[in-house]
Amino acid sequence: MREREDEWTGLMRLAMEGDGAAYHRLFKAITPVLRAAARRGFSRAGQPVDQSEDIVQDILLAVHLKRHTWDANAPLAPWLFAIARNKLIDALRRRGRRVFVDIDDFAETLADQPPAETASPSEVAAQLQTLPARQRDVLQSIAVESASIKDTAKKFSMSEGAVRVALHRGLASLTAKLRGQ
Amino acid sequence: MRMDTDQLINTLAADNAHRSRPVSFVLTLALLAAAPISILMFVTEMGVRPDVMTAMHNPFFDLKFAVTLALAAAGITISLHLARPEASLRGFVWLLAIPAGLLVAGISGEMMMPQRLPMMTRLVGSNSKVCLTAVPLLSLPLLAASLIGLRHGAPARPAVAGAMAGLLSSGLAATLYASNCTDDSPLFVATWYTLATAVVTAIGALAGSRVLRF
Repeated sequence: MREREDEWTGLMRLAMEGDGAAYHRLFKAITPVLRAAARRGFSRAGQPVDQSEDIVQDILLAVHLKRHTWDANAPLAPWLFAIARNKLIDALRRRGRRVFVDIDDFAETLADQPPAETASPSEVAAQLQTLPARQRDVLQSIAVESASIKDTAKKFSMSEGAVRVALHRGLASLTAKLRGQ
Repeated sequence: MRMDTDQLINTLAADNAHRSRPVSFVLTLALLAAAPISILMFVTEMGVRPDVMTAMHNPFFDLKFAVTLALAAAGITISLHLARPEASLRGFVWLLAIPAGLLVAGISGEMMMPQRLPMMTRLVGSNSKVCLTAVPLLSLPLLAASLIGLRHGAPARPAVAGAMAGLLSSGLAATLYASNCTDDSPLFVATWYTLATAVVTAIGALAGSRVLRF
């Protein structure tokens, strides 16, 4: 477990230095752990487990948009679990549950039980429709059609810089909408 | 359209080049933008007391600034710390003991000196109402700025972070007000400044619980 968390810390440091592949690997590594913990939280609170994927996506967005609050000299896991715990509690509260989520729920989640993603249509996808057209187009191109920033820029006759701005703004407003609902 | 988690991950990784400013930078910028508003309010409506040059030689006049600035500094430090999701108050609350300790030292110091006025008169003073109105009003622009700055962070406990924003903005506002106020007794400061600060802190906590969730 220690090794796993050290690896996360290393990947995030690389990502902050500009290594996009390391960033991708980090998300791949933390997602199953977050998913297992979110499911456990939901099932404990008597909530339908198939809705927990929304929380996983919500946590991933927050990790991305708030990573400047992580101290690069500290291990990543406590920071990550604090964000996850916060999002999970918030989600359960919105559903009318007052629950205490133990931070150990995350730390103790073993990597050898990676549940598959459920196939319910996600809240993120629903909120995507309400974004301004430019942000939605860019997000759709990159997320759904897996186009690169370069190809997306070409497709919409935008500069790469403008695509990057629309991408980041789109992600930020997605998060704001998820919080506001 | 659908967006499954793998697609979301690809999208987040594509945005890796984006760099956000640290919370301290955004908070500083917001406070620097709001400070002129509070200063303008202060200068046009109140102004520095006319005998300020003599007052500066009174240690109890100077103590007011030590207390309010210590409060502002503690509020800034704690709220920046709490802008990190994994942060706890432990190890940081004692910073608030500095302004409180300065006040206690001031009160005991004043007790040991011969006084022209009885204790209750010094405590009640002559500006309590002004203090209770001016400090909260002057702190409002600063409080709004602090909340905007802290929104850039990820506080796990938004109400507590909001309360700290209240402390820091009332500390700064009280620093302005202290140069107008002619009541220099630490007893007056301990009573009325504290009450005014409590009001702002409560507003900050209430606002924080709404706007500081991330």
